[in-house]
Amino acid sequence: MTTWPILSVVTFLPVVGALLVYISRGDDEAARRNSRWIALWTTLITFAVSLILVWRFDPTQPDFQFVEKAPWLANAITYHMGVDGISLPFVILTAALMPFCILASWKSITLRVREYMMAFLLLETLMIGTFSALDLVLFYLFFEGGLIPMFLIIGVWGGPRRVYASFKFFLYTLLGSVLMLLAIMALYWNAGTTDIPTLMHTAVPRSLQTWAWLAFFASFAVKMPMWPVHTWLPDAHVEAPTAGSVILAAILLKMGGYGFLRFSLPMFPMASHDFAPLIFSLSTIAIIYTSLVALMQEDIKKLIAYSSVAHMGFVTMGIFAGTTQGVAGGVFQMISHGIVSGALFLCVGIVYDRLHTREIAAYGGLVNRMPLYALVFMVFTMANVGLPGTSGFVGEFMTLIGTFKVSIPTATFATTGVILSAAYALWLYRKVVFGALVKPSLATIKDLTFREGLLLVPLVVLTILFGVYPKPVLDMSAASVQQLVDNYGHAVTATKAAALLQ
Amino acid sequence: MSFESAGYQLLPVLPELVLALGAMALLMIGAYRGQQTTGLVTGLAVCLLVVVGALELWLPAGKLTTFNGSFIVDDFARFLKILALIGSAATLILSTEFLADPSRRIFEYAILVLLSTLGMMVLISAGDLIMLYLGLELMSLALYVVAASNRDNAKSTEAGLKYFVLGALSSGMLLYGASLVYGFTGTVSFAGIAAAAKTGSIGIVFGLVFLLAGLCFKVSAVPFHMWTPDVYEGAPTPVTAFFASAPKVAALAVFTRVTLTAFPGIVSQWQQIVVFVAIASMVLGSFAAIGQKNIKRLMAYSSIGHMGFALVGLAAGTAEGAQGVLVYIAIYVAMTLGTFSVILTMKRNGKHVENISDFAGLSRTNPLLAFFFAMLLFSLAGIPPLAGFFAKFYVFVAAIKAGLFTLAVVGVLASVVGAFYYLTIIKVMYFDEPLARLDPMRMELRTVLAAAGLFNIFFFVYPGPLVSVATAAAKSLF
Repeated sequence: MTTWPILSVVTFLPVVGALLVYISRGDDEAARRNSRWIALWTTLITFAVSLILVWRFDPTQPDFQFVEKAPWLANAITYHMGVDGISLPFVILTAALMPFCILASWKSITLRVREYMMAFLLLETLMIGTFSALDLVLFYLFFEGGLIPMFLIIGVWGGPRRVYASFKFFLYTLLGSVLMLLAIMALYWNAGTTDIPTLMHTAVPRSLQTWAWLAFFASFAVKMPMWPVHTWLPDAHVEAPTAGSVILAAILLKMGGYGFLRFSLPMFPMASHDFAPLIFSLSTIAIIYTSLVALMQEDIKKLIAYSSVAHMGFVTMGIFAGTTQGVAGGVFQMISHGIVSGALFLCVGIVYDRLHTREIAAYGGLVNRMPLYALVFMVFTMANVGLPGTSGFVGEFMTLIGTFKVSIPTATFATTGVILSAAYALWLYRKVVFGALVKPSLATIKDLTFREGLLLVPLVVLTILFGVYPKPVLDMSAASVQQLVDNYGHAVTATKAAALLQ
Repeated sequence: MSFESAGYQLLPVLPELVLALGAMALLMIGAYRGQQTTGLVTGLAVCLLVVVGALELWLPAGKLTTFNGSFIVDDFARFLKILALIGSAATLILSTEFLADPSRRIFEYAILVLLSTLGMMVLISAGDLIMLYLGLELMSLALYVVAASNRDNAKSTEAGLKYFVLGALSSGMLLYGASLVYGFTGTVSFAGIAAAAKTGSIGIVFGLVFLLAGLCFKVSAVPFHMWTPDVYEGAPTPVTAFFASAPKVAALAVFTRVTLTAFPGIVSQWQQIVVFVAIASMVLGSFAAIGQKNIKRLMAYSSIGHMGFALVGLAAGTAEGAQGVLVYIAIYVAMTLGTFSVILTMKRNGKHVENISDFAGLSRTNPLLAFFFAMLLFSLAGIPPLAGFFAKFYVFVAAIKAGLFTLAVVGVLASVVGAFYYLTIIKVMYFDEPLARLDPMRMELRTVLAAAGLFNIFFFVYPGPLVSVATAAAKSLF
């Protein structure tokens, strides 16, 4: 094993890139080109280094690997980093999607390019840090710090209602998180440390479990987002620039699910068990209600945003089922949704760049002028529906199986969501791509350029690859998921046995 | 009393003596050489403050007392004195431009700041009620005058007068409370009061309430905050920066020392008051700032809110709480000085502009300034990883340990509301269309902004030193 802190390098490389962008002063075309290239290379190198993590990762080990520890705040709060099978896929997903985001903004962002690239690079550091932090305070630092660049990205480079959307995003998320901060402090006084691996093996008193679970839930439910606190998401998605939407859908939403997996289940197993019915109800409502809302949308991005809420409903349902299939399916669904929803937003961005509207009614018959685009868009639409053979199917199927073992009504209702998602996704596809090309504004629209093709092809490949061969992701997380589920099961049965004895 | 023992007796007050004599000497220079020495006097005053700070650090370590225990130099006093000195020195540096104007060449300004600082140092070291009142009045009297130092401006004069009348009222309340406490305990020294006030007899509690009311006025905590917005808006901007930094340090210091060392036996009595004051200040500071158009008025409400947050730590009544207060006030001073150096830069065609809308598009006309200011505002809002987050972290951690859950929940919710108005300023700077360019930033403002801004951004990298010094300082009270 080597001694160099590979995880910190992956985390903080983008900051170095941001500094380089800052140094490349000037506001002429050359400076803009420089900052684009610096950002692209930084994200590519970060991705390459993150692949070393995959290569050296031992998937049979359920515990944390690549662990780094250094003193930080005066007392028991340390700089502690590490990844396990649950967090590593998210780290890779983040690192892998960032180059796409930079490329997606290549042409569409012309104003204040330097600041834009710096914001994205800083955001990357904060996102990777969130997934690899092993100390609660450090986690909170990364988790909340991400608000600052995202607020600026939506507010500076966003659409007409960007101010409203950015404020709503910021304040909603902050409101959820400050309660989590108080719970973190309560845990600190309970165990004398904020070290996540230690806390996972510390029994938390029942009453504290309940309150802390609710506080963490407040934060992650907003981030996820779960019904009824999802209303910030459609606004933020619609107003954010394309790459911002991609990051929001693909990575930031996953922080909620990751939080549930990392904190709620292992640290508060009893509270998770008690509150599982609540989660099941909210998830089924999210799946059915937001799918119905999606059917009514006139804006493409808004439709995909609502479909994201519905898909995240499957994730929360699977996670709190507490079964191996449910949890593994939740992880897989998040990764798959990260790729698919990211790709869908890229597709929307491509036609938006040409027509500058996201109204569904403004499109129609794109297949006549853009056959390649139609093909690619179809793959992602099918993956969004959850068609077998695409990655979307695997995740939904596994979470449903996992939930059937625990709660048959929940799983039954959730399954109707699959039909509804087919309804809105196919409706969107028909309205945008099929039909006669009659609108004069579309008469000269061009098919995918080389850059756009380069963007979408890898995502198409991954969507289909993980659809027919999901093993790489599932194997990576299997050991850690198994350990999580076992510990959760033990804690719940032990408490139940104790309750019976009394 | 031999000479040696007399010398030893005076050693703890050496920095104060140097400051007092230095201020006198500078006054002589100004009086004999006239108003053209304003620049020189101000420069020498800054040097004097640096020397006093060095002397304070040079004093032997540990707890020193003199004048029969009415003057205490411990780690707590050292920490806060250095902070107050930094605040005063930075204010004088920020005032350079204000004093350079030929119509406002007043060398007395620097002298008054020095005398006020002397009052603060006495206040921070006060070991009994007499010393407390002495320091408080010396500090306040000088402050009343500097508030009105822009003599030709009606608003500035009004601010000075308003501050004086309300300040005198609060001093009266404080004196009344002090006399009640003396009457019921038979002593004025904090240690003696602590020994006598083991149980909260009605007279002591009555005195305590009046005492705390007077102190709340000085830290501008609700419900004694009325003067703050008007005085902040009316006073010349460098003076506002002064009000927001050093006197707050001293007032919070004496608040902490009185409650923790004079009334440790009746924590539950004063805790209720502090909890109420903290909640009221945080909530009012957050909600009232939303409607403000003037940046100085906004900063007034912001400072009310921040004092509320600092008092959250005090409400815990523990060593962790005191440590939280110290970390909070240190970071608050840095953030405030940085913010005011930005506000002082707000000049267009030689005229100061004070409206929030004047910041429009600053990120494009002056990106670096806008960046630093935005980071300061995020920090004031308490967003990690900036310094302001750690300030809030330490006070809330103490409150949670003390079991003050309601206070903590209300506090963090107020901080979310507070985030809204800081975000509004950032929105104006980053999202709105730019106005005409600002005048170039002066060198001294740049220096202060860079120091405060870098501290604020990079605090999280190595927070150890400040936190451990604050821990030691807090321990010296217990």
